[in-house]
Amino acid sequence: MKWLATIVIVASFALPPFFAGDFYINLASQILIASIFALSLNLLVGFGGMTSLGHASYLGIAAYVSALLTSRYGFGHGAAAMLSLSATVVMAALFGLIALRASGLGFLMITLALSQVLWGLAYRMSGVTNGDNGVAGLTRPAPFGIPLETPASFYWFVLFIAVLSFLMMAIFVSSAFGSSLRGVRDQPRRMAALGFNPWLIRWITFVYAGFWGGISGLLYVYYHKYIHPSALSITSSAEALLGVIAGGSGTLGGPVVGAAVVLLLKNFASAYVERWNMLLGFVFLFIVLVMPAGIVPGVEKLTARFRGKRS
Amino acid sequence: MTISRRQLVGGLTGAGIASIAAPRILPAQISEPIRVGLLAAKTGPLASGGIDMDLALTMFLKEHGGILAGRKVELIVADTAGVPATARTKAQELIEKEKVGCIIGPLAAFEALAIADYLTEKEVPTLGVAAAEDMTQRHPSPWFVRLTSTSAQCTYPLAEYVTKELKFQKIVTVADDFAYGHEMCAGFQRAFEDYGGKIIQKIFTPLATPDYGSYVAQVKSADAIFLGTAGSNGFRFLRQFVEYGLKEKMAVIGGMTALDESVLRNMGDEALGIVTTSWYSAELDNPLNKAFAPAFRANFKYDPGYYAASTYLAGEVLEAALNATKGDVVDKKALMTAVRGNNAQTIRGVIKFDEYGNVIGNVYIRRVAKIEGRLVNAVIKTYPDVTQFWTYDKTAFLQSPVYSRDYPPAKNLEP
Repeated sequence: MKWLATIVIVASFALPPFFAGDFYINLASQILIASIFALSLNLLVGFGGMTSLGHASYLGIAAYVSALLTSRYGFGHGAAAMLSLSATVVMAALFGLIALRASGLGFLMITLALSQVLWGLAYRMSGVTNGDNGVAGLTRPAPFGIPLETPASFYWFVLFIAVLSFLMMAIFVSSAFGSSLRGVRDQPRRMAALGFNPWLIRWITFVYAGFWGGISGLLYVYYHKYIHPSALSITSSAEALLGVIAGGSGTLGGPVVGAAVVLLLKNFASAYVERWNMLLGFVFLFIVLVMPAGIVPGVEKLTARFRGKRS
Repeated sequence: MTISRRQLVGGLTGAGIASIAAPRILPAQISEPIRVGLLAAKTGPLASGGIDMDLALTMFLKEHGGILAGRKVELIVADTAGVPATARTKAQELIEKEKVGCIIGPLAAFEALAIADYLTEKEVPTLGVAAAEDMTQRHPSPWFVRLTSTSAQCTYPLAEYVTKELKFQKIVTVADDFAYGHEMCAGFQRAFEDYGGKIIQKIFTPLATPDYGSYVAQVKSADAIFLGTAGSNGFRFLRQFVEYGLKEKMAVIGGMTALDESVLRNMGDEALGIVTTSWYSAELDNPLNKAFAPAFRANFKYDPGYYAASTYLAGEVLEAALNATKGDVVDKKALMTAVRGNNAQTIRGVIKFDEYGNVIGNVYIRRVAKIEGRLVNAVIKTYPDVTQFWTYDKTAFLQSPVYSRDYPPAKNLEP
C-alpha cells in the first residue's frame, strides 16, 4: 500500500512534462511554487503554533529585490539571488524580533501589520518599486548555462528546488530541534522549565520559514517575469494560510495538497465555473465540516477506518 | 472534462444564429472557427467593467451571427479577477490551452503590464483596452494596439476646452491613487498649465475609500475640480462633494471614466452640467453607434459606456482586419498589419493607429444632460483625430519620463 502511494506521488510529479500541454506544465510549476510557500508557512502555523498573516512579506521581498537588482542594477542572477535571500533572512530576523513579543492573536496582528507596511511601501515608493505598474521586463536565470525559458525546463528546475526544500523542511521538523519546536508549541512553560529557550526556538523557526518563503519568492518572480505589489498583499498571505489549513497544518503533505487545491480552484476551475469564488467558499466549507483537521489528516483517517473494517 | 458553460452558451448562440444566417455561412462550416480570447476582470473590484466588456463583445458577435469575414468566431472569456498573477495564468490558458488567434483586453494597467512581455514573446495580436501610457510610448510592442485612449490622451482636449471656452484658471484635481489616476492627472496638469491655468491642489485617494468626507473637506477653493477617478469612485466622491455644498461653489469636470454611463444611471440631478471628456459617448451621432447604443440599452437596461464600448470597438476593428486578410489568422503578422493599417469605421468614428500602436481618433467633450428622463453624456464639442502626443513634439515627449504622481512637477500648488 505504501509503495503504491509513493509511486503515484512520484509519477504525478515526474510525468507531467512528458504528456501534458504547456498550460498544464505551467500550472504544475505554479503549484510547486505555491507548495514551497505553504510549506514554509506551515513551519510557523503547524509546527510552531504561530499563525502568521504576513507571510507574503518574504515572498514579496525576495521577488522585489531580485527583480530590481537584475533589471535595474545589472546584477547577474546568481548574485541577485544570494543578495535577495540575504535580505529576506535579515528582514525575517528583524520581523521576528518584533512579532515574537506577542503570541496568538497579537502575533497574527503584528505580522499582518508588518506585511501591510511592506505592501504600502511597494505601492507608494514608486521611484524604487515602480508602484502600481510593477516591475516588468524580467528574465529567468540560466543555471549552469541551461536556459529555463520553456515550460518543461522551468518545471524541472522548480521540481528540483521543491524536492530540496521539502526535504530540508522535513529534516528540520523531524530533527531534535523540530521536537523541541513542537514542545514549545504545546507546552511552552514546561519547555522553559526544562531549560529550553522557547523564544529562541520560535525565532529560529521564524527566520528559517522566512528563508524558504524567500526561495518561493525567487521562483515566483522567475516564473512570472513580473512583480506587482499584489504579491505582497494580505490576499496573498491569506491564500497560503488557507492552503495550509485546508491541506492539514502540522503535516508535511498537507500544505502541498492545500496549495494545489487553492491554485487549481483559482486558475483552473475558474475557466469552467463563472462564480469560482463561491466554489472556493463551498470547498472550504466542505473541508471544515467533513475534515476539520484538513485534507491529508482527513484522508488518513478515512483510509485507517477502511482498513480497520476490512481486517 | 465537462463542457464549460461559456463554451456551451457560445455554441448555443452560434447554433441559434446559424439558422438565421444559414445561406452565407457555407464556406465557414468547412474551415475551423477563429478563436478569440477576451481577458476581463469579472470578479473582484473591477468586475462591473469586466462584465460590461464581456456583454458588449458577445453582443457584437451575436449581431454578426458569430461570423466575421466569412469565418465562424468562437469567443473564450477568461476571468483575470483584477490580479496581475491571475491575468498572466489566464493569458497562458487562452494561448496555450485554448489556442486563441488573438486577444482582446485586459482592462487594468497592471494586468496588461503583467502579460505584455509574455504576449510579445508568444507573438499574439492583442487589441488592448488598458490605458498605461508606456505600452504605446517608451515600451511599445509590435503585437499590441490600443483602441481606447492612453490615460492622458483624452484630458488634453479637455484642458484646452476649459481654458479657452470655460475660462477656468485654477483647478483642483482628485484621482484614484494608482497609475491610471497619476498619469491622467499629470497629463491634464501639463496641458492645462501650458494653456496658462494653474493646478493648485492634487488629491489622490486610495482605490477603495469608504468615506470621501475627509478628502472633500480638504478641497481648496478654485474654479473647478477635476475628477480623475475610475469605476464607481467618481460617483461616490461627487455625492459627498454635493452634500458638503461645494457644487454651488465650483464647477466639476472629469476624465474619461469619472462619469461613465455605467455609473451615471445611479445618479440624480446633481450630475447635470458636469463636463467630462472621453473617446466615446452613448449619445454619439453616427450610424454605427445609433444602432449599437439603443440595442445595448434594450438588452441590458442601461447605456453602454467606456467598458462596453471598448470591446465592441475591438470587435469592429478585428472584423475590419479580418476582412482585409480574408479571414486568415494563421499569418499573425499579416493580421497585425491589417489591424494597424485599417481605418475602421467604428462606433467612436473613424480610427487609425500611430506607429506605436496607439489609436488616433476623435475625442468628445460631453456635458451631462437629461434626455427622455435619463441622464446622458451629451456631446458638446468634438476634437478630431487626437493623438497620444497631442500638440507636443513626439521625440521630446518620449525622452521625458513617463507621467507619474510627481512628474511633471506641480509648480503652482497652494500651501
